[in-house]
Amino acid sequence: MSSILTAVLIVGIIGLVCGIALAIASIVLAVPVDEKAEAITEMLPGANCGACGYSGCAGYAAALSSGETTDTALCNPGGNEVSAQIAKYLGLSAGSIEPMTAVVLCQGTYANATTKMNYKGVQSCKMASQLFGGPKDCVHGCLGLGDCVRECPYHAINICDGVARVNPAICKACKKCVAACPKGLIELLPLNKSKAAVLCKNKDKGAIARKECKMACIGCMKCVKVCEAEAVTVKNFNAHVDTEKCTGCGKCHEVCPVGCIDILNL
Amino acid sequence: MKYMIALLVMGLLTNNFVLSKFYGICPFLGVSKKLNTAVGMSAAVIFVMLMATAATYPINVLLEKNDLAFLQTVIFILVIAALVQMVEIVLKKFMKPLYNSLGIYLPLITTNCAVLGVVILNIDEGYTFLQAMVNSLGAGLGFMLAMVLFAGVRKKMENCDVPEFLKGLPITLVAASLVSLSFLGFGGIVEGMGLI
Repeated sequence: MSSILTAVLIVGIIGLVCGIALAIASIVLAVPVDEKAEAITEMLPGANCGACGYSGCAGYAAALSSGETTDTALCNPGGNEVSAQIAKYLGLSAGSIEPMTAVVLCQGTYANATTKMNYKGVQSCKMASQLFGGPKDCVHGCLGLGDCVRECPYHAINICDGVARVNPAICKACKKCVAACPKGLIELLPLNKSKAAVLCKNKDKGAIARKECKMACIGCMKCVKVCEAEAVTVKNFNAHVDTEKCTGCGKCHEVCPVGCIDILNL
Repeated sequence: MKYMIALLVMGLLTNNFVLSKFYGICPFLGVSKKLNTAVGMSAAVIFVMLMATAATYPINVLLEKNDLAFLQTVIFILVIAALVQMVEIVLKKFMKPLYNSLGIYLPLITTNCAVLGVVILNIDEGYTFLQAMVNSLGAGLGFMLAMVLFAGVRKKMENCDVPEFLKGLPITLVAASLVSLSFLGFGGIVEGMGLI
């Protein structure tokens, strides 16, 4: 009988001591919960895509609530709606977000671009591009092995005919694919605006570029001469359109002999 | 002194808790994906092991005096649970990123058999208090060594083209068994060094 009593007593006392110690510790070491940050986290889309430059939605919310940043317009997926909502909650002026979408600047489909080998290795652009720049003759073009497809949190990218294509209706401009592409082919362009874009990144001389891909930019300078807004420049035998200056008049598109400049209205 | 070193080497290499006694496999597989979380987890486990040994050793003396040795398991789990809660509170306050990255595996140290295992083994082997502490430290360091080594193995494995049916846990278990096999090579090192 007495041994049961001592057993109960010992277990009870140890439990009580532990309980009291924990209770004291939880009061002394209490962490204040940041209600502001939690409310902002609720407003954000919760995709944790990192487009804002923070570790995720919670990270951005914490930065906003602590006053580390006052820019409410960093969330591309949320757009102006979320920006206004957060600005209202925090009493800041809402920054505006220009809706953007990612575009893959390459037209090197199976029909257009020639290949130099039959690649059977790891199905990853990063790996393939380390092997003589990838299976295509053009070492600047899209390999179509889908590094960006796997990276996209919104499933907005598909491989069509050997080249990655972004669906602008789904794309939230989080820039994950921009970082994932080993060839640096993906750029952000404004939505719902007519802008010219050079759908090629080939930096080889015209004659070589032409052999590698039917749609390759040969750096002929015709677009530069015809552009009235001086938006087109050619560097390393590759034309580039400054979207800020471009008026979307379409003259470069008409004059391009290979058809690598397109007027996009995404 | 010689015996202390022997205990430490045994905990680290020959009787490694994870790789030759197969204790604490759950956090070993769960938290070894990244090196820094692996180190953080191991540090928490070492701390809990040492504290648990220090707390349970006198309790065990008390229990044996009252002829209540059968209460060992219950009371030890109680003490370990309280200690883990304490570590959780402290980590939440002072090391929030580590707390976030450890996630569910931190409260799971409570049911980590490595911690209960080392405490019970200390008593079964009849160690003195100092020997018990050194043994706990060795066991904890062995856990850390296994975690850090395996974090490296898993990092290497991320770049491998693993067959579809082995992806995820299966290949991790295969790799764990290979690391465990390699630790068999340390057998006899304590005797060989003349520490026992």
